[in-house]
This record gives sequence, C-alpha cells and structure tokens, in this order.
Amino acid sequence: MSTVDAAPKPPLFRAAVRHPAVVPVGAVLVAVLIGAVIMVASGIDPVRAYTGVVEGALATDNLDYTLSVFGLILGMAIVFAIPLRMGEYNLGGNGQLVLGGITAAAVGLYAPLPCALLVVAAVLAGAVAAGLFAAISAPLSERLGIPVIISTLLLSPIAVAFGSYLVRFRMTDTGSGVSQTPRLPDAAHLGTLGDLRYANVGLVLVLLVLVVFWLVDSRTAVGFELRTLGANRRFGAYGGVHIGRLNLGAMAAAGAVAGVVGAVMVLSPPYRFIDGALTAPGYTFAGVAAALLAGGRPLLLPLTVAVFTILQVGGAGMERDADVPRQLSEVLQAVVIIVLALRTVVEARRARTGRATT
Amino acid sequence: MNVLEWSFVAAVLMAATPVLLAALGGALCAQAGVFNIALEGQMLWGAFAAVVGSHYSGSAWVGVLIALVSTAAFSAILAVGSARWAADPIIVAIGVNLLAVGLTGFGIRVLFDVSGTFSPPDLQGLHRMTFLDGVPVVGDVLARQSPLVPLAIVLALALAYWLSRSATGLRLRGVGEHPEAAGSLGVDVTAYRTTVVLAAGALCGLAGAQLALGNVTVFTENMTAGRGWIAVAAVMLAASRPAWVLVACVGFGAAEAFGFRLQGVGAPQQLADAAPYIVTLLVLVATRLRWLRRTREVAV
Repeated sequence: MSTVDAAPKPPLFRAAVRHPAVVPVGAVLVAVLIGAVIMVASGIDPVRAYTGVVEGALATDNLDYTLSVFGLILGMAIVFAIPLRMGEYNLGGNGQLVLGGITAAAVGLYAPLPCALLVVAAVLAGAVAAGLFAAISAPLSERLGIPVIISTLLLSPIAVAFGSYLVRFRMTDTGSGVSQTPRLPDAAHLGTLGDLRYANVGLVLVLLVLVVFWLVDSRTAVGFELRTLGANRRFGAYGGVHIGRLNLGAMAAAGAVAGVVGAVMVLSPPYRFIDGALTAPGYTFAGVAAALLAGGRPLLLPLTVAVFTILQVGGAGMERDADVPRQLSEVLQAVVIIVLALRTVVEARRARTGRATT
Repeated sequence: MNVLEWSFVAAVLMAATPVLLAALGGALCAQAGVFNIALEGQMLWGAFAAVVGSHYSGSAWVGVLIALVSTAAFSAILAVGSARWAADPIIVAIGVNLLAVGLTGFGIRVLFDVSGTFSPPDLQGLHRMTFLDGVPVVGDVLARQSPLVPLAIVLALALAYWLSRSATGLRLRGVGEHPEAAGSLGVDVTAYRTTVVLAAGALCGLAGAQLALGNVTVFTENMTAGRGWIAVAAVMLAASRPAWVLVACVGFGAAEAFGFRLQGVGAPQQLADAAPYIVTLLVLVATRLRWLRRTREVAV
C-alpha cells in the first residue's frame, strides 16, 4: 500500500481541513451531487430542479411560509438534539408532536379560561402532556435496559393512534365529514407577526426555546453533565453524574418541546387538529437530519435547519416547476445523514494498520 | 368473533412472517455484535423491489429474487459503513430508513407516475399453496399462504441449529461476544460482520416480498408501517436467539390478527393500529422486570 501522506502538507491546509464546518458542508455538497446523479438517471434536469428548490423556498412571496416551516423544523430538531447531547436517540417525535397538538386542541376547545390565558394554557398543556409521555422512556432505559431509541419508536405509534382516535370519535367536527376538530375559538389563536400570513408568534416561541437550550447546554452544570455523558458515558457515571435523573430531564424536555411544536401547529391556521396533518409533512425527520448534521450543537441548529427547510419547502416548488417528485428532498436528507455517518472512512484510511473494531 | 379456529392461526402466521424474516436478520446481526435498526427501511426497499420485479417480469418469483438480491445490495451501505469503516451503525441506519422511504416514493413516481399506491391489475402475487387444500390442520393453516411462510419458520429453526451447533455459528457468536478474542484466534471479524449484515439485508428483502406479494399484492408508500421496529423489539425480547425470535414474532402476529378481528366487531381502527405496539412494549417490560427480579434474588 502506498503512503498517502508522503509530502508534508502546509499547516494552513491542514487547519482548513480540520475546521468543524468542513464535515457538514461537505456532507451537504455530496448529497447535492448524489441527488443530481439520481435525477440524471431518472431523466430529470438537475439544474432546473435545484433552481426550483431555491426559488420555491426563497422567492419573496414564499419567504413568509418558509419562515414558519423553519420554526417547526427547528423545534423538532431541538426535540432530537437534547437527548442526542447525552448520546440518546429520541425517534418518537411524531407521537410527542401529536400528543402535544391534541392536548392543546382539547384545552383550546373545552377549557373555560379567559381570552389571554387560553393560548398560554393550551401551549403549556401540550408541553406538559408530551413531556410526561416522552419521559416514560427514561425509566424504561435506566431501570429495564430498553434503549431509548427502541422505546420511543414503539411508544410513538401508540400516541399517534390515540390522537387519531380522539379526533375521529371524541372531538370530531360533526358537520365537516373530515376527521378534524372544530375550529378553535379566536381566543386560542396564536398572535400574528405584523402582516405575515404564516409565520406567527410560534416562531418566536421556538427561537426562545432554542436560546434556553443554548444557555442550559453551554452555561450550566446540567449542560456540562449532558455533554460529558454524550462524550463518555462511563466517565460521566464515574464522575458522579446521575444518569437516570439526567435522562429523565432530557427526555421530558425534548417531549415538552415537541408538545410546544404540536400546539403551535394546532393554534395556527386553520386552527384545527386535523388527523394526520401534524406528521404528514415529515418535520420530525427533517429535524432529526438537521440535528445530526449539527451534532446537536444549539448554535449550529439554525444553519442546518435552514438547509433542510429549503429542501423541504423547495421540494414542493421543485415538484411544481420542474415536475420532480418531492420525495427527492427525503432522499437528499437521508444521503446527508449517511454521508455524515460514513465520514469515518477518512479516519479508517488514516489508521493504515490494525483493524477497526467497535 | 372466534379466535379458536384454524383460520385465525393462519392469519397469525401471515402477520408474523414478514416480521419474523426481518427479525431473523436482526438476530444474526446482534449475535455478531452489530445493532441493526435498518430493518424497517430494508424491508420497505424489499417490498418495492419485489413489486417492481414482479410487474416487469410478470412472475412473482422473479420479484422475490430481485427483492432478495437488491435488498442485500441496499444493505451494503450499512454493512460496509459499520463493519469496515467503523461508522456509527445507529446513525447510518437512521439514514438508510429515511433513504428507503424517499427512494421508494420517488421510484413509483418516476417509474409508474403514481403516488401513494402502485397496484396494476396484472401484478402477480405469490402463489398460494392450494395443493394443501383438504389436508386436515396443515391445509387449514397453510393452504392460503405463500411458500415463504413455512420457509420463514424452517429458517428460524435452521438458524437456531446453525448458531448453536456449527463451527461458523460459534465463530459468529464469538465475533459478537468478544471481537478481539475472536480476531486473535484468526477469525476475520470484519468479514463476518459484513456478511451477516448483507445476509440480514437479503432476509429483509424476503420479508418485503412476503409483505407486498404474499400478504397483499400492492406497493404502498411506507407500507412496512413500523414492522421493522417490531422486529428490532422481537430481537431484544428473544435475546437474539432465533427460536425465541420465532416465538416473539408469532406473539406479534397474534396481536395484529387479534386487533384486526376486534375491528371486525366494531372496535376503532386506531386500537388495531396500536395493539401490536402496546403488546410488544408490555411484553418487553414484563420480561425485563422478571429478569431484573431474578438477578436481584441471585444477588441476595
């Protein structure tokens, strides 16, 4: 085998290659290239398709809508990122989202509260319900050894079915014939931002959550313990971190954020909980992809979420303008994750001798 | 509603088979020390490949073969990534699952210009074993099934025997138990792990084929609907032992078939949707609690 690093590289080059931004940017570029190959193979003009993506997401008329989707995906990215900081995978976002949404809808419809309190109560109730639900995974993991990734995945469809049952049989808008709740009263509508039609106070709420996540992650002992566990679980336990308590907190917080996102979706136009409408757009897994790309780091999240928001919203524009199936944005999300995970090939090459054992 | 009749047993086996095939793949991986949670996506790819193969060739068996081979190829991402390049198998698998959803949805749009569901009227499904009609018990249970159903059961028993009684089976378990020790004895850890993940891919291909050409004759976007995750849970329940995987998957099949019958007597569809997950979780918790209590008694 020939030696790869025969000529010494200038330090500037090496520093540039080691920069933390190289990996995520590289992953996105590779995904865009692979997407282009898939399109060419399917007889689609990639340049036109990608132009469609960017225009669909960033044209002035669409920015308002893009911004609202950005808020929702950012929320779901935080949902996955919080447990990711301690090395756990929360893949139950859909169930937590639905539970938060249906709870917010129930409070909005039935709680006898004065105007100003109703919105707040609905959001809080959504957060609490989804937070409690997500927290179930913590004792299952710490006491019974069922990994969080498994329990969240098994719990999620139960919550989705429960929400679907409520909206179909208990909270149905009987006149409409569609599986949806009645329209929430005006008092339960989230406030608007100026004259924007889509982006509303919900976006501000999610940005606030991000700030809190960033502060806790970087400025508090809890954040330090989270990151220690994520880096090396046994060292963290040896250092006196209460894994069980931290896991409970992380999962409850993640679920609560999902609940807020679900509540925001229900308390925004068309102001109803519609069966399947919360999970259908796929914000949960766009959030997962964005959080993985950012390595769960709070300050990188807005950037990676922006990338996936453009893909997601632009996917619809691409379908309209260039007749490219919008599923291509899912393919690109997936390729980003896979490329990101496979970056270890570089390290595997570097360690020329010895077998890589996990 | 009568659950004590042979047609119910048949429904249980039908529901259990796709999950069983995928779970056997997952169990092999777990025995070799690879946590394979890409079963869901690989099964979905298998279902898509089987339907595409059957549609273009006009033969269901060609569809099965294409599902088997192409899903093994699809699983090369995980095989090479986790075994050779030491990538995190969980993150690769999350990507693979998402990729399968995207690619299959994209595929039916590009190939057939339909979205959601692809079911051409001339799509060939797997033949039922109608020659068993009239045979007592066996005929009642198997005559309406595809040959993949008994094959899955035989495979489970054969894998159980192979893992515990053969030299290669022993080496495979060694690779999972203690990779350094196995390596020092001259077992090629990377090769074992790569092969096992590819084999799991082939099994998921069969699972998908059974789902899309055996249980029904149609491809629907995201038609696996969490069966791959139930398979992962079944592997956990069975502590990766193939014979117990069989038991766990039959249990799951019973939950699904029972939920389906409940729906027939007027229970909401959502209960049927949730039943397999509720049962899987409860059984998982119960076995873990029992195990916990037993280890505590030993400690005292």
